Amino acid sequence: MLSKRIIACLDVRDGLVVKGINFEGLRSAGDPAELARRYNAEGIDELVILDITATLERRRALADTIRRVARELFIPLAVGGGIHSEDDAAAAVDAGADKVSLNTAALSNPSLVTTLARRYGSQAVVVAIDAKHAGNGFAVYARSGQAAADRDAVEWAREAEDRGAGEILLTSIDRDGTKIGFDCVMNAAVSSAVSIPVIASGGAGTLDHFVDVFTQGRADAALAASIFHYAETSVRSLKEHLQQRGIPVRL
Amino acid sequence: MRIALIDYRAGNLTSVKKAFAAIGADLFVPRQPSELADAGAVVVPGVGHFGATETLAVDWTDTIRRGIEAGRPLLGICLGLQWLYEGSAEAPELKGLGLLSGQCYRLPGGSGATSVKVPHVGWNALDIQRPDSIVEGVAPGSQVYFTHSFVAPITDETVAVTVHGQPFAAVVQRGRVAAVQFHPEKSGEVGLTILRNFLRLADS
Repeated sequence: MLSKRIIACLDVRDGLVVKGINFEGLRSAGDPAELARRYNAEGIDELVILDITATLERRRALADTIRRVARELFIPLAVGGGIHSEDDAAAAVDAGADKVSLNTAALSNPSLVTTLARRYGSQAVVVAIDAKHAGNGFAVYARSGQAAADRDAVEWAREAEDRGAGEILLTSIDRDGTKIGFDCVMNAAVSSAVSIPVIASGGAGTLDHFVDVFTQGRADAALAASIFHYAETSVRSLKEHLQQRGIPVRL
Repeated sequence: MRIALIDYRAGNLTSVKKAFAAIGADLFVPRQPSELADAGAVVVPGVGHFGATETLAVDWTDTIRRGIEAGRPLLGICLGLQWLYEGSAEAPELKGLGLLSGQCYRLPGGSGATSVKVPHVGWNALDIQRPDSIVEGVAPGSQVYFTHSFVAPITDETVAVTVHGQPFAAVVQRGRVAAVQFHPEKSGEVGLTILRNFLRLADS
């Protein structure tokens, strides 16, 4: 049976892992290669490097970080943040990324999803959607949650799948950094609407939050950052907890 | 021994090269079939659409087939496994190598309580049916990383199956030709064990 994946996210700025609370107020949490090594030893299923640097030097620094992380890891590695063009994606892939994650760039230029899917295969293209509850739907935001995109998350996820995305990374802006649990309602709505996997993100605080998002939230994978970075929870203890609750994991 | 990694523009070769490098094998990427002459073994990787194997068919098939007939070891990965069969419903106009019998087909997604998502993405278990050298040291139930929508049928050459809605061929081996549907270069220690087994097969 297909396991539910646990994915650790490394928010990287200027080569160091940081983690924001509601996308603001960053504090340092360490060296990305060192964290990657620890997670791998604990049995993480996949890693995401999210580059939140916004300088001209970004691409070279990011490629260096990817290379350092990818050198000794033999699990899937996705890279997101600041990928706005085919060239940005190629630089990430050439440095060792297996998948690139597009967010704002996919909203402003949806054909980029198709271009990259044709070049690298759909399995290499993740469309990241940041959204929050709005009326009966879920409003999508671009630019790290700053700009309303005038799209609904369910409808945008369907379009992304049609355009060639291989996975959806769905982040709840309402829950990000709060540790009060994933947005199971929003995740279930998107997951039911597409046939590609949906990775739930935003709000992980306890082991049972992961149980909830894999059951009620119909998530195929769950992503978290700070809950792992500060060693509040080890990947292994989380997976053992999930297995005890009947959720298939890789142990 | 020199091991050739065939580049037919079906995905990125970096991860495969890197994983082999980690276990001490430096793969080279031949630019044309004549460069395969002194290769001791061949790796056929590949992700994506079966249509991509058209390039493989035109440029490489004859040389690879002659190599197999001469006993040269081959490892197929993902699309490289599917290509060993007669063909695939994903690109019915193309022929596979035809070393193994049967056609590749799309995994049914199903509906209702038994439904599964297709593509099949993530870690899933190997159910070893017929131990062979390619899975030596791989514990039953070990999990490996898959990402695909099409699968190969189960045949006498099937070494391990994986179940996603229904069982399909996850590992196959016939003599010195072995192939895996998953990505050993992305499957942690289990994947590296399988790559090491292939190196041993190639050296034997």
